[in-house]
Amino acid sequence: MKSLSDKLLGGKQGAVGLALLALLLFVVFPLWLDLFRLGLLGKYVTYAFVAVSLVLLWGNGGILSLGQGMFFGLGGYCMAMFLKLEASDPVSTKIQTTPGIPDFMDWNQLTEIPWFWVPFKSLPLTLLLVLIVPTLLAFIIGYAMFKRRVGGVYFAIITQAIALILSILIVGQQGYTGGVNGITDLKTMMGWDIRTDSAKYILYFANAGLLIGCMLLSRYILTSKFGMLLLAMRDKEERVRFSGYDVSNFKIFIFCVAAMISAIGGAMFTLQIGFMSPSFVGIVPSIEMVIFAAVGGRMSLIGAVYGTLLVNFGKTVFSETFPELWLFLMGGLFIAVVMFFPDGLAGIYEKYAKKFDVAGLVSKYASKISKKASKMIGEII
Amino acid sequence: MSNTDFVLAIEDLTVSFDGFKAVDALTMYIDKNELRVVIGPNGAGKTTVLDLICGKTKSTSGTIKFKNKELTKLSEHEIVRAGVGRKFQTPSIYENLTVYQNLEVSYPVGRTVWGSLTFKRTAALQEQVYKIAAEVLLTGHLQMEAALLSHGQKQWLEIGMLLMQDPELLMLDEPVAGMSAKERDQTAELLNRICKNRSVLVIEHDMEFVKKIAHKVTVLHQGKILAEGSMEKVQADEKVIEVYLGH
Repeated sequence: MKSLSDKLLGGKQGAVGLALLALLLFVVFPLWLDLFRLGLLGKYVTYAFVAVSLVLLWGNGGILSLGQGMFFGLGGYCMAMFLKLEASDPVSTKIQTTPGIPDFMDWNQLTEIPWFWVPFKSLPLTLLLVLIVPTLLAFIIGYAMFKRRVGGVYFAIITQAIALILSILIVGQQGYTGGVNGITDLKTMMGWDIRTDSAKYILYFANAGLLIGCMLLSRYILTSKFGMLLLAMRDKEERVRFSGYDVSNFKIFIFCVAAMISAIGGAMFTLQIGFMSPSFVGIVPSIEMVIFAAVGGRMSLIGAVYGTLLVNFGKTVFSETFPELWLFLMGGLFIAVVMFFPDGLAGIYEKYAKKFDVAGLVSKYASKISKKASKMIGEII
Repeated sequence: MSNTDFVLAIEDLTVSFDGFKAVDALTMYIDKNELRVVIGPNGAGKTTVLDLICGKTKSTSGTIKFKNKELTKLSEHEIVRAGVGRKFQTPSIYENLTVYQNLEVSYPVGRTVWGSLTFKRTAALQEQVYKIAAEVLLTGHLQMEAALLSHGQKQWLEIGMLLMQDPELLMLDEPVAGMSAKERDQTAELLNRICKNRSVLVIEHDMEFVKKIAHKVTVLHQGKILAEGSMEKVQADEKVIEVYLGH
C-alpha cells in the first residue's frame, strides 16, 4: 500500500533523481548559463515534454508513435494563434489592406479572421484549447486505430503519415496558418512583453516547473495499476484482454495523455522562442524526439529528460562547428544506442552507477544529518 | 433455445474458415462443478472450440450460452467479466513482471481506465494473492520475475492468474504440456481441488492425466463429436480406438 507521495515520486530513488533534476533546472543552470544559453536550454526542455510522453507511450506501453511532433506542434500553434491575434492590433497593422488581422492573412487577401481563430482571442480559452485540441486529435486517431486493433509497426507508420499530412496541410493553407513560415512576430501575452530578459527568465522557470509537474503526473500513472497494465499489455496483449480488460481503452487513454503532455511542451516552446512553424509538426521532429527518448532511456522518465538535453547540446555544439556532419552523427548515435544500450543513459546508470549507489549515498547522508540534527535539538531541549 | 441448468450450453455451433468447417454443428453441455476433458487427434477442432467460447474466434452459426447468457455476440473482455477464464496452450504470462504482479494484474477490481488509476492495493487483494499463490505452489517465488520460472511453473502461474478472477467456467488448453511426471501429478491434484466450486473444461492429449481428472470425456474428430461419456466408455468405443487411441 503506497502513499500518494510515494506514487508521485516513485520511492526514495525516484525522489532523489527528481530532486537532482529539479536542482539542475532551477538552480545550477540559471546560475551557470548566460541568458542566451539558458534560452537554448529552455527550448530543449520543451522537447523533453515529448520525450517524457514517449516514455509513457513507447517505453512502458509499447506503442511507438512517430507522430508526437504533431501534438507538440498543435499545442504550439494554439498558443501562437493567441499571441498573433494580440500582436495584430489595428494600430500596429495599420499599413495592411485590412488592419487588425494577422499579417499573413492580409497578404493572402483575407479580410476577416476565420471562424476557428475566433476562440483564440481569449487567453483562458486558448489555454484550454492548447490541451484539448491535441488530445482530441489523439482520441480520434487512437479510437480509430486501437478499436480496430491496429498496432506495432502499422500504428507507427500511420502516425507518421498523419504528422506529414498535418504539416502539408499547414504549409498549404497559408492564409489560415501562416504557411511554411509559420506564425511569427509574437510579442506580448495580455500586454506582457515575452521578449524581455525578465520574461525569458520567468518563462524558463514556468517551463521547468511544468515539466516536473508532467513528470509527477506520469510517475503517478506508471506506479498505479494502470502502469502495471501498460507493461502487461506491452508483453502479452492477448492475456490482458482475456483477463477482462478492454485493452483499446487503455491505449487510447495513454495516447491522449502523451499528446497532452507533448502539447504543453509545444505551447511553452512558442512562448519562449516566439514563433511556431510547420517544421516542428512533421516527420523529422517526430523522429528526432523518439531518438531523444531512446538515448535517455525509454523506460525512464528522468533518463528521457537528460537524453533530450544531452542530444540537443550535442546538436548545438556540433552544428556550430560541423553543420553538415550533425545528421550523420545523430543517426550513428541512434544506431549505437539501440545496438549497445537498449535502455539508453538510464540503462547505463542502472548498470554501472548503481554499484556506487548514488541515491543510497545521498539519502544515507540526508538521514545522518537529520538524525544528528534531531539529537542536537534533543540535547538542547 | 430455452433456458437450461447447464453452466455452458453449446448448440449447433459451426465455424468455417474459407469453406473448411473446423467445428461442425457441435452440441455440448457442461454441468455445474463438472470437470470435462476434450480429447481428439490434431486438427479435430479442440482449440477452436475454446477460441469460440472465449470470443477469440467468431462463430459462423449456432449458439453458446453461459448461464443462459449468449456469448457469441460479446467481446472478449465482456465474456471474461461474465465469468469465463481461459488458459492458452503456451504459457501466456507477463514475463517482465514478478509473480506477485502477474497475480495482482489479474485481480478483477479496477478493470476500467479510471478504476486502474485509482486502484488501491488492499489487504483483501494481498490475501487473495497469497491464497492463490499457495494453491498453485508458487508461494516461494512471489517476488521472482516470471520469466525466470520453469515451464511447469509458468503453466501454474497462468492457472493462478485465472483463479484470481474466480471464474465459474475455467478453460485450460493443454495444461500439462511440457511438464515432468511429478508436475503432472501435482497439476492433476490442483485441478481436482479447484473444480470444487466451478466447472472446468480441459483439452489434453496425455491419457494418463485425463484418467486422473476427467469426470466425463468428449472425443472430437473433424469438428464433430465422436463419442462422449466416462473415460472407460470412451476408451472402449471402437470408433475412438480407430481414429485416436488405436495408434
